Amino acid sequence: MDKNIVLAGFGGQGILFAGKVLAYTGMIDNLHVSWLPSYGPEMRGGTANCSVCISENEIGSPRVLNPNILIVMNIQSYDRFIDTVVDGGGVVINSTLINKKTNNEKINCVYIPATEMANENGLQGLANIICLGAMLKQSGMTSYKTMEEAVKKCVPASKAHLLDANLKALKLGYDFEG
Amino acid sequence: MSQQYMMKGNEALAEAALRAGCRYFFGYPITPQTELSAYMSKRMPKIGGTFLQAESEIAAINMVLGASSVGARVMTSSSSPGISLKTEGISYIAGSDLPCLIVNVQRGGPGLGGIQPSQADYFQATKAPGHGDLHIMVFAPASIQEIVDMVGRAFDKADQYRVPAMLLADGALGQMMEPIAFPDESEEKKLPEKPWAATGTKGSRKPNIINSLYLNPNKLEDSVRERFERYEKIKENEVLYEEVMTDDADLVLIAYGITSRICKTAVNMARAEGIKLGLLRPITLWPFPEKAIAKIADHAKAFMSVEMSMGQMVDDVRLAVNGKCPVRFFGRTGGVIPTPDEILQAAKDVLASVGGDK
Repeated sequence: MDKNIVLAGFGGQGILFAGKVLAYTGMIDNLHVSWLPSYGPEMRGGTANCSVCISENEIGSPRVLNPNILIVMNIQSYDRFIDTVVDGGGVVINSTLINKKTNNEKINCVYIPATEMANENGLQGLANIICLGAMLKQSGMTSYKTMEEAVKKCVPASKAHLLDANLKALKLGYDFEG
Repeated sequence: MSQQYMMKGNEALAEAALRAGCRYFFGYPITPQTELSAYMSKRMPKIGGTFLQAESEIAAINMVLGASSVGARVMTSSSSPGISLKTEGISYIAGSDLPCLIVNVQRGGPGLGGIQPSQADYFQATKAPGHGDLHIMVFAPASIQEIVDMVGRAFDKADQYRVPAMLLADGALGQMMEPIAFPDESEEKKLPEKPWAATGTKGSRKPNIINSLYLNPNKLEDSVRERFERYEKIKENEVLYEEVMTDDADLVLIAYGITSRICKTAVNMARAEGIKLGLLRPITLWPFPEKAIAKIADHAKAFMSVEMSMGQMVDDVRLAVNGKCPVRFFGRTGGVIPTPDEILQAAKDVLASVGGDK
């Protein structure tokens, strides 16, 4: 099935990076992939979001308006995107910063205190990867191994010392029992 | 399989240009094109090339003129308002019979407009890229891989015909990432000889003169006519397009660049409902695939041009169809990207209004 993914949060929460990791999973799995960031003034301290499409077929529009997978990391993003998810879609919600719950029973939500978990485990700034782990568990969109490999490809050589922390964050999110 | 990379369109375009032998880049930053300049600024010095951020777009395009005059493979890039500033220089380059590559990563206009993706510079690119009797070749890629494959071709064709080439992209193509592979990674790129270049005579030949000023009207007419003979050859030999299920289509969509991909989705959705939709995607906008469209007009019931503008390419579709069947338009503008659903709905509306068998 096509994966139409939206990731959203503050600028600085690693939204675009998390989206890039997802795009790499598609490339590793030999699927068609597109990654499109929001760009412009809204990225400076405001909200950042990106669309990732992964499909067995050629991708038309790279902009996802109605995702079947949504990761939201702050309240503004929750408010903006929660009603755009298609029926049967999956949502990962960073409950440290989002104190709302949806009544929509047609979507499957995981509430994960990702920011809190990151801080408690010395993984400051990696709530994004914790959310990816939770999303992977929920969606089964690819194998754990592929996701690990994608993280390895996305952490630049200049930040190689952060690789272990990223992999730890992925595991933490994946093992989260909601 | 060759090595796959995940790159933004802007960066992939820059890397493809370097691999095509471009060693001179002159530009000025503007969203949503800036990553292209940034990539050049990082890489050019490492491979012995020249990256220069000029004081303005006007300065940058005139540096392109200078570098091309001495035979360099040279490019500049910008986005819509910046291209407007370059048009005087583009006309001088065309009038001097110089090859170069100009990249326009289009954003919404007019004026400063916005920074979101747009296709509202079609008229500018294909009808009036500068003052005077002139054309430039215009290439319109629809994916990052196609950008990569097209950059070298655009440089080569510009050299072959001594005509500037433009790569007309948009903010979405510039900003998005897709997996890509670069062609011919092992081969060293060989650039063509340029015996016309002003490289110094060393006392052994007559000087080459690069010039666009002819005060004698007959001489100017001769030079323009000679250039138009080359344009005719380009029209004969360099038209590129892609057809998707046009053979049996009742309605044929015409779309280029990012919009053509969304139209492809709409065509597949329509076919799943039993509606005979097709797509013709111009890959070169000048020269325009007018013969291919005219041929389809013999059997299709109607055409619909789909653009991120208020309707510009639709004029060329009408000229190509030449009254054989109705030509309609659907567009979004100002930075709005159309959805497959609204394109499909517009297509259904057109089919309902034209009705009947051909």
